[in-house]
Amino acid sequence: MLSRVANSLYWLSRYIERADNVARILDVNLQLLLDFRRLDDEHLSRHWLPIVQTTGDEDHFFELYEEANGRTVTEYFVFQRENPNSIACSIAQARENARMVRDQITIEMWEEINRIHLLLRSDRAQEMWASSPTEFFHEVRASSCDLQGLIASTIPRNEGWYFLQAGKYIERADKTTRILDLRHASLPSHGVPGTMSQTDALEWSAILRSCSAWDAYRHIHGVDVGPRRVSQLLLLSPEFPRSVRFCVAELDSVLRALSGAPPGRFWNDAEKRSGRLLSQLQFTDIGEIFARGLHEYLDSLQLQLNDVGEALFSIYIYHPFHEGFSDQQQQQQQVLG
Amino acid sequence: MSLLTNYASEEFFDEMVHPDSAIRPHYQRFVERFETLDRDEFDAKRNAVDLAFLRQGITFNVYGDSQGTERIFPFDLIPRIIPAAEWEHLERGLEQRITALNLFLHDVYHEQRIMKDGVVPPFYVLSAKHFRREFVNFQVPKDIYVHICGTDLIRDKDGNYLVLEDNCRSPSGVSYVLENRRAMKRSFPGIFESIGVRPVDSYSTDLLKTMQHIAPAGVADPTVVLLTPGAYNSAYFEHTYLARQMGIEIVEGRDLVVRDSHVYMRTTRGLRPVHVIYRRIDDDFLDPTVFRKDSVLGVPGLINAYREGNVSLANSIGTGVADDKVVYYFLPRIIKYYLDQEPILPNVPTYLASEEADKKYMLEHLPELVVKAANESGGYGMLMGPRASKEEIEKFRGLIEADPRNYIGQPMISLSRHPTWCEESGFEGRHVDLRPFILYGERTTIMPGGLTRVALRKGSLVVNSSQGGGSKDTWVLYD
Repeated sequence: MLSRVANSLYWLSRYIERADNVARILDVNLQLLLDFRRLDDEHLSRHWLPIVQTTGDEDHFFELYEEANGRTVTEYFVFQRENPNSIACSIAQARENARMVRDQITIEMWEEINRIHLLLRSDRAQEMWASSPTEFFHEVRASSCDLQGLIASTIPRNEGWYFLQAGKYIERADKTTRILDLRHASLPSHGVPGTMSQTDALEWSAILRSCSAWDAYRHIHGVDVGPRRVSQLLLLSPEFPRSVRFCVAELDSVLRALSGAPPGRFWNDAEKRSGRLLSQLQFTDIGEIFARGLHEYLDSLQLQLNDVGEALFSIYIYHPFHEGFSDQQQQQQQVLG
Repeated sequence: MSLLTNYASEEFFDEMVHPDSAIRPHYQRFVERFETLDRDEFDAKRNAVDLAFLRQGITFNVYGDSQGTERIFPFDLIPRIIPAAEWEHLERGLEQRITALNLFLHDVYHEQRIMKDGVVPPFYVLSAKHFRREFVNFQVPKDIYVHICGTDLIRDKDGNYLVLEDNCRSPSGVSYVLENRRAMKRSFPGIFESIGVRPVDSYSTDLLKTMQHIAPAGVADPTVVLLTPGAYNSAYFEHTYLARQMGIEIVEGRDLVVRDSHVYMRTTRGLRPVHVIYRRIDDDFLDPTVFRKDSVLGVPGLINAYREGNVSLANSIGTGVADDKVVYYFLPRIIKYYLDQEPILPNVPTYLASEEADKKYMLEHLPELVVKAANESGGYGMLMGPRASKEEIEKFRGLIEADPRNYIGQPMISLSRHPTWCEESGFEGRHVDLRPFILYGERTTIMPGGLTRVALRKGSLVVNSSQGGGSKDTWVLYD
């Protein structure tokens, strides 16, 4: 597969996942506000600002807006063309990448990406958004589900598939850490948090819902929502499909499938890093994480995910552009032979 | 719904109706069938087709539009129909023409007999913008220069087919033919069966065979790729479409690398050899070490690999000399010279500004003539005398006098018309042309039909997609 094509498939998948997660976060937080009718400006800002801080670029945001409130933050993350992480930009970039690999993806997939892109650019999207944000987010998320389903049901399990999966799981793991980080200001920097206010409980529930983890949580832990158990589920669960551990396990197996390396061994730097990250997630517990400090731990996870992504790029995407002499020689022999 | 109530062919040749408004026989069955539709059904079909094209991204990019707007190429549901005998005549004419063009190109890049014999003055060939002197005496694979040709045909007021231009570099539009046909089959499934329309869908297979035919000697299972300028090119949709149909990789210049005069593509598994390149980028951009130094679309070293015979290109380099409108003027003589035959498909009468008598005539008759720059396409660099302002005419007078080699004149041909749906007024006659696609490999293959382009603006003769043109499906009937 062309390296450029692998690159496009990887980013196509990341951007779809990104749009989905951003839609989730905004939707849940808008709904949450319905429970907080009596908040003053300062509290409102405390609610919205972390979304900007963890998923976007705070300096850039304040170049465009004076304060972080429901209107400015949602606008920034939905239609703002200058925010590369906005839903509209993510979908536009997903589509741009899809266009580059039109011949590699299925017609059904292309049509759906194209449809949601055209919808987001249309007046109808603005109208939908104005009349019912929830309906609007539902549309974005439904499209993302459609695309995931189409990828699963129409793309052959060859190299291209693995790059699509790698992009999806890196993005999903990263976004889960960012969603979990939203309320870190209400936690002590080290150690287990103390008692929580009712507002805190609602906000931690919002975190669960942003990850579609509410039902899974209730099955395991019941209705009592607290930071420790939420973090346990979203970071360390081997079963919940949006937990960091689950995503890293998938990512690790995708990388092995690409190279053919058996479990427990590594053949390249990407597998070394993903394997290391996976065993670290497998052999820790939530007490250790809180003792170290949740925010700091999440930061380090994000860095390690980046490292895996970079290693993947240097092996499969940049590397062929700087092939060493031995590779050339080998290939010339292949040609001449 | 009635197709032809109030329809008038006026003074033009109409594809569907005789001057007395009787329907031509080869359209009769279609019209009968069509008239069983009611207006709502027709509207529903039209909307469905437009929506499908937009959703599938069957669009072209409009240059000079900062929004990066993509438009669908408007599609008219009324097909253009060509009877079997008429098509056979066109086929023979097109085959004659591509054969002569390939012999001509071989000659101008080798012995140059036609120039020495004074049939085509050497000056015209040697001064052609796309003549590549670097490739004189270069042996192209299988001696084929033009593998893919998209000849533009028009019909005059008596219905005679004339060749307007040969596109010997990288003609586009074939993907629209294939997609138009799919759209028509979805819209009118019953009609196809009852009328008997020749299929077009073997084009991709034929194209791939044409490419494989020119693979370097000794390569048993050649790797063919399609080289595109990239996603921002107006024909990018077509490039991906054809690559997908042929099951080959679509590559950009940056995906290819040359090592020891062999071409490779950069893959996730390292470098992989490439043997045949269906290139959809101009000569100028192919290799920055040979042609334009500023080209970022090309592949450094590609030309060297080509010269060494390790990679084949289609079309070959230097075929643009045959697209020069001054060389076009000589095509009837070129056919006669190499094949000793009369041209089956005549040219449009043409005046050369670099011939004194012709220039004098042109300058005296500018308001009646169409003047074209020798190396422009897409409807650019052109004067439509009868519709031009005084200033435009004077501007072209200056251009012709400054650089007569670069201009030709032709009488205004009115182009045949075809009933076409118009939103405001129902069916009206609109001018059409026809671009068949000819493949020249082990044998010559001509896709039955081709792209019928239609000038959607009332009275307009410009069919180019960038200037308000649309297209129709073209049906060639079985005998």
